[in-house]
Amino acid sequence: MNLRQLLGRIGLWLSVFVIVSPAILFFLWMASLSLKFEIDNAAYPPVFIPENFAWKNYADVFASNRFVTYFVNSLIVTGSATGLAMLVGVPAGYGIARMAAHKSAVVILIARITPGLSYLIPLFLLFQWLGLLGTLVPQVIIHLVVTVPIVIWIMIGYFETTPLELEEAALIDGATRWQVFRHVALPIAKPGLAVAFILAVIFSWNNFVFGIVLAGRETRTLPVAVYNMISFDQLSWGPLAAAALIVTAPVLLLTVLAQRQIVAGLTAGAVKGG
Amino acid sequence: MSTVIQATSAAADNAAPEREWRPPSYWPFVIPALVVVLAVIIFPWVFTIWMSMHEWKVGSPTTFVGLANYLRLPTDPRFVEAVGHTLLYTALSVVLPLIFGTLAAIVFHQKFAARGFLRGIFIMPMMATPVAIALVWTMMFHPQLGVLNYLLSLVGLPPQLWVFNPNTVIPSLVLVETWQWTPLVMLIVLGGLAAIPTEPYESAQIDGANFWQVFRFITLPLIMPFLFIAGMIRMIDAVKSFDIIFAITQGGPGSASETINVYLYSVAFVYYDLGYGSAIAVVFFLLIVALAALLLYLRKRMLWTAELGGGA
Repeated sequence: MNLRQLLGRIGLWLSVFVIVSPAILFFLWMASLSLKFEIDNAAYPPVFIPENFAWKNYADVFASNRFVTYFVNSLIVTGSATGLAMLVGVPAGYGIARMAAHKSAVVILIARITPGLSYLIPLFLLFQWLGLLGTLVPQVIIHLVVTVPIVIWIMIGYFETTPLELEEAALIDGATRWQVFRHVALPIAKPGLAVAFILAVIFSWNNFVFGIVLAGRETRTLPVAVYNMISFDQLSWGPLAAAALIVTAPVLLLTVLAQRQIVAGLTAGAVKGG
Repeated sequence: MSTVIQATSAAADNAAPEREWRPPSYWPFVIPALVVVLAVIIFPWVFTIWMSMHEWKVGSPTTFVGLANYLRLPTDPRFVEAVGHTLLYTALSVVLPLIFGTLAAIVFHQKFAARGFLRGIFIMPMMATPVAIALVWTMMFHPQLGVLNYLLSLVGLPPQLWVFNPNTVIPSLVLVETWQWTPLVMLIVLGGLAAIPTEPYESAQIDGANFWQVFRFITLPLIMPFLFIAGMIRMIDAVKSFDIIFAITQGGPGSASETINVYLYSVAFVYYDLGYGSAIAVVFFLLIVALAALLLYLRKRMLWTAELGGGA
């Protein structure tokens, strides 16, 4: 019996190892590529841990004159799109939950199903007419397509589970709906706010398709900048991998630190999204 | 803004001083979002449908052509081919993550040390920036210098051309998609496993069922609704998949991995044929809705036969 338990334990750890290794090995290999000189990256059989680390790859990325601009662009687009989405999406989630307006979720479902490119054709023309191309405004606006539905969706779920008794009591005491929302409902929903915020940030930061159409030379976000490096500027693997790692590092860090919130948000959104 | 909200809600309160509190007063909360949704989701949709009925190229005058753009679709060999690629890509990218995701969920359902942390690691592929991942996979797929061919040689398999061969490009891209999205299936199924009561397992143990029987006759039926939801989400995302395909192959070699979405990009933003592109966008959306409806129908039928079978 004891031996059986031991074998079961070993089997479990073996399967955990097998399951997690594709993710771990991939990101380790990514780090390895980014820290090797060209000779090591072109070596066969491949070198996993080089003798000399090429920290200079990272220095090169930051030194390339526009990378910092693109980083700031990404911060502005993701920051504004997430901020605006929270501003309009959180009250909306509250209103929809309290009105029990479940049919309005259909719009969010449509937004979820529609391919991002479909929004781009009409909005591209609109931005052209308005003369906004060449600024970051079009990208901030179109990122709302990603962030607003996420925030509304997650907040509906949270406000539906918060207790009504407290709010009713406050209303009877003469508080306005807005005061009830601001001082009763919102504080209780704080974990939900965190989930909505984190997911909106990640999906906006990662977005690529809007940028390749709308971004000009000065207004690229990081994913677009990395894509352009593949095609034009860079052919050596080290700096390319370093750039890729820099772009995705904030997201990976957030994933490990906030994995509980992310899992809660994804499963809530996903399970209801079906 | 807030004064407006207070004023309207105060008016509503006066009108209904009792506990009768419901409809109009919550509207102010929803209106800002409604404006945004109208502007960035509804308006583009209406405008797309309108454009799809026009000959609309950037830089030349537009003319109304009715359904001509739609009639062009079945006669466009590149579009027809793209539909085929999309369906193949989607089918593989739904089934494989479902299988691996379920297996992973069963493992993560057990108790072991550092489970939360390892779960965080496990979901990293789907949270990471797709373009950044695509870049590294492109390097790994490299026929001479890529690490994948080295790994194949370790187990005695011949080197592959991966994304550089028209015959293997779609399976190779599916490999990336599976690696990336298995975690989402895992999370959904894990949620399902957590909801299963323990009684069936206890009685199965008493009856002496083995691991496979327990999985086949207890776990699988009970997580079926979750597998269905996971399959649905996976289908919607796989059909729309763009970043990975575009960043790794741009639809190549030739047009061997050109899906509808990648073709849509070319038509609209390389050839700037916005009218035709809009028609593709509309048909593409309808295809996704149709696939979702088909899955729903299959599920209904499956439930039916299951019920009938159980009754017999």
